Amino acid sequence: MAVATTTERGASLRGNESFLQRLDVPRRVTLLAAALVVVLVFVLLSFITWNGVQIFFHSGVPLSNVLSTTWAPTADPPQFGILPFVAGTLGVMAVAALISTPLSVGLAIFMAEIAPRWAKNIAQPAMEVFVGIPSVVWGWLGITILVPWLRTNLSWAGFNLGFSWFAGSLVLSLMILPTITAISYDVIATVPLEMRTGSLALGSTRWQTIRHVILPAARTGIVTAVVLGMMRAAGEALAVQMVIGNRPVMPTGLTNPLTTLTSQITLDMGNTVAGEAWNEALWTMGLVLIIFSFAFVAFVRRLSRQRTYQ
Amino acid sequence: MNRALLWDRVATGVLWAIGVFVVAVLGAIILHFLLASIGTLSISFLTSDPSRTDVGGVGPILFNSFYILVLTIIITVPLGVVGGIYMAEYAGEGRIPNLIRLSQELISSVPSIVVGLFGLALFVTALGWSFSALSGAMALTVFNLPLMMRLSEQAMRAVPQDERDASLALGASKWQTIRNVVLPLAVPGIITGIILTAGRIFGEAAALIFTAGLSTPTHYDYTNFNLADPRSPWSPFHPATTLSVYIWKLNSEGLGNYVRQIADASAAILVVAVLLFNLGARTLGRALQRRTTGSR
Repeated sequence: MAVATTTERGASLRGNESFLQRLDVPRRVTLLAAALVVVLVFVLLSFITWNGVQIFFHSGVPLSNVLSTTWAPTADPPQFGILPFVAGTLGVMAVAALISTPLSVGLAIFMAEIAPRWAKNIAQPAMEVFVGIPSVVWGWLGITILVPWLRTNLSWAGFNLGFSWFAGSLVLSLMILPTITAISYDVIATVPLEMRTGSLALGSTRWQTIRHVILPAARTGIVTAVVLGMMRAAGEALAVQMVIGNRPVMPTGLTNPLTTLTSQITLDMGNTVAGEAWNEALWTMGLVLIIFSFAFVAFVRRLSRQRTYQ
Repeated sequence: MNRALLWDRVATGVLWAIGVFVVAVLGAIILHFLLASIGTLSISFLTSDPSRTDVGGVGPILFNSFYILVLTIIITVPLGVVGGIYMAEYAGEGRIPNLIRLSQELISSVPSIVVGLFGLALFVTALGWSFSALSGAMALTVFNLPLMMRLSEQAMRAVPQDERDASLALGASKWQTIRNVVLPLAVPGIITGIILTAGRIFGEAAALIFTAGLSTPTHYDYTNFNLADPRSPWSPFHPATTLSVYIWKLNSEGLGNYVRQIADASAAILVVAVLLFNLGARTLGRALQRRTTGSR
């Protein structure tokens, strides 16, 4: 790592500096600590990538096998198709975002534009507690309350088991709600006051102002919020694993069990031995997850570069 | 009434309904666990050993949760604060700070189960620490270090420039200014940050399953202070199932007649802990703020 050696601003005013001052030890030491994060990313990426490609190089499983829709690691010949997991992750994530977005953006608008002070004083701490509820607690709620409820009350709709795509998405939608709400709220709150007063002065109602002035101005930020929420949904493991039924097939419907990348890693990692193809397939799933999250980061960075009020 | 006004009323009503609904859901969840844990949750549940034949308790497991929490904080806070100093006081704009910021974002985006895989490969296997509190704490450090760094950076950036200028004008060096002026003023913000990350660490499970281990401790001998002995609960090398991991394990194994009660009570402990951490962060942050900036 190159060390920056800019001279201290104002140093010339202080006259001759000692060698120690010129060395600027504090700057270098703090930089070392900060640079740890870069090292961490590098090491993490190397480990996951190295292990993630072993299924091809060490076990010699062809790419076409891995990119298939059949997961049968114990069959003969074994099938390591990871597409059911990729489809499951994307499907559960998309439906969760569909459920959560109207609720959380609505809540953000409520908190920023409508709520009187007392209501805001309840809603804001509530969101902080909400975001802190651990994912196993969500999963446990799902498995003890939601899944039995679906099974007994909505079996006519096809929820024979209760464990389903919908159950997973519903739990996730609650988990990502505070994330989307908090970021949307920040963006809505920074829309300049003049835009509101201008619109209201023209005779718009509050709702017209929200719909035609505030939401368009905050659009990019809200999209960012939803994308970050989706990122959290895609990477969530335990809560989803506990309620979706973990059936390694392509998703067939909202009422049926399915599986995701994270759930399969969680379930199988302890039952497989390092070095066997089954275990290596799980690492490949981890690699796919990392690629997904980095793609989300890239997308969010692009969005933030074009975030301007027009 | 004209249409625009009518729609305004409708929208206001819907938005209020959403607000009330979400807060009510949260209230219902908290209430549910408090009610569900009545009869199970007691001092003896918090302190006694797990049992196969009875409700037992979560004593050693709760101990592990706190042990890993403290261990992670000991590793994360110094590194995070020092890194934060660089980002807030030295970095400015440029290629290196940009690279660091990008790395922070990338790490926070990595799913915790993948961090668990990484910990399994590096700490458990490659470094040979096996399933232990230390492996778990290091895995948690991976995603809490960038967070801690970000939070302390923000706390230091919130210190007014005037304070720095005044110190520099008195002839203090940049480092003296940071140490004697900026850091003390940033302490309330940093402590609030520590407590908030602590809540997160306390509830994390996915990253710990493959690093801190899944074995249910039967009994801990708290008088064994031999840190090299993996059987000592004080050793960083003892396998350390935490409360969150325990809930997941109970569910996936589904053994025993008391699974429901134990998991409900454990979940109640976690939810109450989250409430306490949040409350603690608020009150402590406010109190420290008053002490460092208030009238004296």
